[in-house]
Amino acid sequence: MANRIEVSLKADIRDSRGERIRREIEHFLHLPVSEVRTIDIYTVDASLTQAELLEAAKGPFSDPVMQDWQVDQPSATGFDFAVEVGFRPGVTDNVGRTSREAVEYLTGRKFAPGEAVYHSVQYLISGDVSREDVERIATELLCNTLIQRHTTLTSEEYAAGKGFATVVPKVQVESKIEVKEVDLEVSDDELMRISKEGVLALTLEEMKIIQDHYRNPNVQSERAKVGLGSKPTDVELECLAQTWSEHCKHKIFAGTVQYEDENGERQEIKSLFKSFIQRTTKDVREKLGERDFCLSVFKDNAGVIKFNDKHSLVFKVETHNSPSALDPYGGALTGIVGVNRDPFGTGQGSKLIFNTDVFCFADPFYTKPLPKRLLHPRRIFEGVVEGVEHGGNKSGIPTVNGSLVFDERFCGKPLVFCGTAGIMPAEINGIPGHEKSIRPGDLIVMAGGRIGKDGIHGATFSSEELNENSPVTAVQIGDPITQKRMFDFLIRARDLGLYRFITDNGAGGLSSSIGEMSGECGGCRMDLSKAPLKYPGLNPWEILISEAQERMSMAVPPEKIDEFLAMAERFNVEATVLGEFTDSGVFHILYGERTVAWLPMEFMHEGLPPMQLPAKWSPPVHSEPVVPRKDDYTADLKALLSSLNICSKESVVRRYDHEVQGGSVVKPFTGVSNDGPSDAAVVRPILDSFEGVVVAHGICPRYSDIDTYHMTANAIDEALRNYVAVGGSLDLVAGLDNFCWCDPVLSEKTPDGPYKMAQLVRSNQALYDICMEYNLPLISGKDSMKNDFYDGGVKISIPPTLLFSVIGKIEDSRKAVTMDVKRPGDTVYLLGSTAAEMGGSEYYSQLGTVGNSVPKVDAATAYRQYKAYHEAVKAGAVASCHDLSDGGLAVASAESAFAGGFGMELDLGHAIWDDSLGEKSDLDLLFSESASRLLVTVHPDKLTEFESLMSGCSIAAIGTVTAEPTLNIRGLDGKAVVNAGLVELKEAWQKTLRDL
Amino acid sequence: MSKTRAIIITGNGTNCEIEAAHACRLGGFDEAVIAHIADILSGDIRLDDFHFLNLTGGFLDGDDLGSAKAQANRLKYAAVSGSGEKLVEQFSRFIADGKLILGVCNGFQLMTKMGMLPGFDGNYLTQTATLTYNDCGRFQDRWCYLKCDPDSPSVFTSGIEKGIYLPVRHGEGKFLCSDDAILGRIEEEHLAVLKYSGPEYAEATMEFPANPNGSINAIAGVCDPTGRIMGLMPHPEAFVHYTHHPRWTRENLPEEGDGLILYKNAAKYAKENL
Repeated sequence: MANRIEVSLKADIRDSRGERIRREIEHFLHLPVSEVRTIDIYTVDASLTQAELLEAAKGPFSDPVMQDWQVDQPSATGFDFAVEVGFRPGVTDNVGRTSREAVEYLTGRKFAPGEAVYHSVQYLISGDVSREDVERIATELLCNTLIQRHTTLTSEEYAAGKGFATVVPKVQVESKIEVKEVDLEVSDDELMRISKEGVLALTLEEMKIIQDHYRNPNVQSERAKVGLGSKPTDVELECLAQTWSEHCKHKIFAGTVQYEDENGERQEIKSLFKSFIQRTTKDVREKLGERDFCLSVFKDNAGVIKFNDKHSLVFKVETHNSPSALDPYGGALTGIVGVNRDPFGTGQGSKLIFNTDVFCFADPFYTKPLPKRLLHPRRIFEGVVEGVEHGGNKSGIPTVNGSLVFDERFCGKPLVFCGTAGIMPAEINGIPGHEKSIRPGDLIVMAGGRIGKDGIHGATFSSEELNENSPVTAVQIGDPITQKRMFDFLIRARDLGLYRFITDNGAGGLSSSIGEMSGECGGCRMDLSKAPLKYPGLNPWEILISEAQERMSMAVPPEKIDEFLAMAERFNVEATVLGEFTDSGVFHILYGERTVAWLPMEFMHEGLPPMQLPAKWSPPVHSEPVVPRKDDYTADLKALLSSLNICSKESVVRRYDHEVQGGSVVKPFTGVSNDGPSDAAVVRPILDSFEGVVVAHGICPRYSDIDTYHMTANAIDEALRNYVAVGGSLDLVAGLDNFCWCDPVLSEKTPDGPYKMAQLVRSNQALYDICMEYNLPLISGKDSMKNDFYDGGVKISIPPTLLFSVIGKIEDSRKAVTMDVKRPGDTVYLLGSTAAEMGGSEYYSQLGTVGNSVPKVDAATAYRQYKAYHEAVKAGAVASCHDLSDGGLAVASAESAFAGGFGMELDLGHAIWDDSLGEKSDLDLLFSESASRLLVTVHPDKLTEFESLMSGCSIAAIGTVTAEPTLNIRGLDGKAVVNAGLVELKEAWQKTLRDL
Repeated sequence: MSKTRAIIITGNGTNCEIEAAHACRLGGFDEAVIAHIADILSGDIRLDDFHFLNLTGGFLDGDDLGSAKAQANRLKYAAVSGSGEKLVEQFSRFIADGKLILGVCNGFQLMTKMGMLPGFDGNYLTQTATLTYNDCGRFQDRWCYLKCDPDSPSVFTSGIEKGIYLPVRHGEGKFLCSDDAILGRIEEEHLAVLKYSGPEYAEATMEFPANPNGSINAIAGVCDPTGRIMGLMPHPEAFVHYTHHPRWTRENLPEEGDGLILYKNAAKYAKENL
């Protein structure tokens, strides 16, 4: 029987974990809890002697300076209610895993199969609360019932039962391992039932294509040779469903679109991906000619560009939205450690140098009722922030850049974008670092974590809208340490040339990774019974598509396998040979001796005809708001500074290690008090060089309510202007596009599909147009197309969102520029012109309105300006630079001023006005979000040089930096329209999220 | 004399090995070897061949049992292949040979949990202090002013006039002692080398965020009575060049960052004494 080791803090030790929970109960649930204390519980289900148990309790499990321990004795006292929270069976329990290893070191014996340590936490709650209140605390704060179990006891119940009963959350699998055949010779309704109930997410058309394949006599006779009948096995059907899922196959981006614009002009677009994204890169590269710096685009797990002659840069951004909606912590943690594997598994492998993350949430202070199954936005916020914190910090990768974006519609699905960059030698063992190959006869090797039922149907489930029945097994919890061990080992194996090909196991598990690798050489033969499992009882189809984390797949030449496996063992990394790659043309899967799947590669990868997608664009017309003109906009500015989209995110950002690896140059916060918001990040990946990598992003989903063309154009411009602002070079910069859309496929559930599809087309058109002007090749990206919630009644669709990330280089990072004003007397310039473009602005959003005049990007003009500005940076003529985005000039000037600790005197009358859309006004000059503008300060000694370098561009000196700590903006009639002290402006900006 | 050699142990969640090795080289060590714990447990690399041991930042075993606990347990029990020797014996010999150890962040946590600090009376394997959760309950990445005790025996901090400015990046940096006698002795013998303070390095402070974790007596770093063994929560290897400083674009700073002096002092000591 299992033993319980309870570890509690000594009486005089502050319980900061408990205090935090108490604050959260007060803050969010408004319940009168006076104290929360915590106890760690280790349930040891292993045959240990009593002496070993005691040794474990006082050794690795407790700290003699601050903790007491008990074995099989309840230790809690002095509380009203106790809640114990532990994981459900099969959920990744990282503390449990470390505990087991610690006991193994202590005893010198490995655990037997089935033996384990499980971790849980007891919360001792005191206060005037009812049992119902405590249930609420348990289910709304302490645990996520999808993955965790909890028990609540009153102090009397606790005393009567002598504490909590011992719970061993061991996976009990009753089913016998079997392979089922699925009869597809059934009615259409029945085909759809098979798809729906199996979470296959296959359409009727797709089911019929599969049906046809199995009717083919040639297929049947080939199958007979390997002992298979004419019906598909469940392994085959699951494999096809995964391979053909929207998540993996990108059917919408590959589909044929019939697009009709607002003038009724029709156009057939064969694959948005090929027509816009790939074409952008191809055409930009042609334009760049000899200056082309792309090395590997769209074919690998991440894009690769040149950094210098010796090193290449790798970058990928992913989303992990659906899992984060169900389990924010686990989903987001898996998101970040998952995207880490992409650059790691690119080319022959890269060392990871930074993470970026952008989250889109609903208001964490949301008070309206929510549909069942949707978690409160605050829980999503907390969980996601913590998940990415653990994933990034524990992996030792600095989180250098990110954003939080808020819109009520993100309560339907939060967006969790995680990016990771890596660096690799330009050449490894005589082969370009970004290239890899597989030869028939190479061994299929899987390394890292074991396979469980976690993450089954992740790929197919995220290809559907979130609904009440979304499967809980789709959720995984990442384990950064197992992954870190694997990376430590694999990077050395790479340098020794111990493998020929590497890729990650992400969505779709082995089915996807080995399926794609088999495409490299023409087939494989893999035995699923060899795969290491977390617990017995998995069926072959489950082993094949499980998305259990922390796994990489390699092709290892047979002559290297002994060295590879020996080294893995030495590094405490599990590595297993599962079969071999072939050139048979067949994805051939066995379980022991028996063939369980036999799929021709061509059918798997080419068998699906393009989806047909109608798209019809009719521009929405919003009412044009009439905004009363004011004499003083100071209060409006403060309200904007406090708005969720603009306010300081410092309470979140400080939780992310942004300096590990020692190359930090421009940090997330800058300025006299280290709290001004940087526009972009600069890091030095090679510590004895001053060459820097610059990373930035743009995202503006609000503009989608008017026109996704301009949403996209502005996102690209925002990314590039942030990049340029800190000193990024235009000679070496590339883009990544991450689309998060609501379902654009016309169906009963989505009658407005053609409009949403047209939004997607317009977004792609802008992507091509703007990137061509900016010489921005697209090197990687991803799309997530089903960001809706639908429970049969309520439907919530997110606003179409493009995250545009840019990565590039600064030749000398000592020339980098930050956004804080530097000294009184410097001249303030506004680069770029302002127009009456308040449509979709943060100012309008505060008024609850949208408007129509969305900012438009004049990319050719902007590019000339960015080029000239970069020369000024190189010449050292720029003291500070801040980009203008949400909240326009007023917000940007306030931020630059309070970051630098000096005031500003500005005169709106000096700003350059573009009158094509209307007369100038104080309101527009202050708050319009016209694109491509930068606020620059220049030291008096450098004015002539700066103006001469910027000649031919729209720049205007609009004021000066002052010693007096106030922001003073004069309006068009010469009177102050904004006048406020920096302290109050900064307070307005910092207060909103300070306590989260 | 022979070459000065620094070793940086990595593996199982150590993250700062590359910048620590860089700092050792900049500080003047002839060699800085990053050794995976697997290379040490296999016997391929021996601590005896080095002068300066770096236990640096990271999340050993995910800090799953409390920061660095699992590694302290591993080092206590794990044996080096082929020698019959426990790894901890190599550590003890390293100390007995009069060599230098610097623990940073997770490395400091490891050293306190192994009992290496404060290391009174030559006992380096009995835990008397610990590092636990920050009072604010959160991981913090922020820069802190650290007032230096000029009377401390620490080899690493000699020459620091008032204090140094370094980043902290931790969730468990609150220093605690098992009893007041231990704390009293640490103070009396000037072993609390670095304390969180204001920008003038005048007084130690308990105020958040200048003191980011609520450490007792604002203690940020501790050395043993010999001064050769030291641990600190802030990251000296993260400030070796002015571009690391959060305000380098607005202040005139010397080329070298404040943290480098610890590595320079170590290299100098190794050259002169080892």
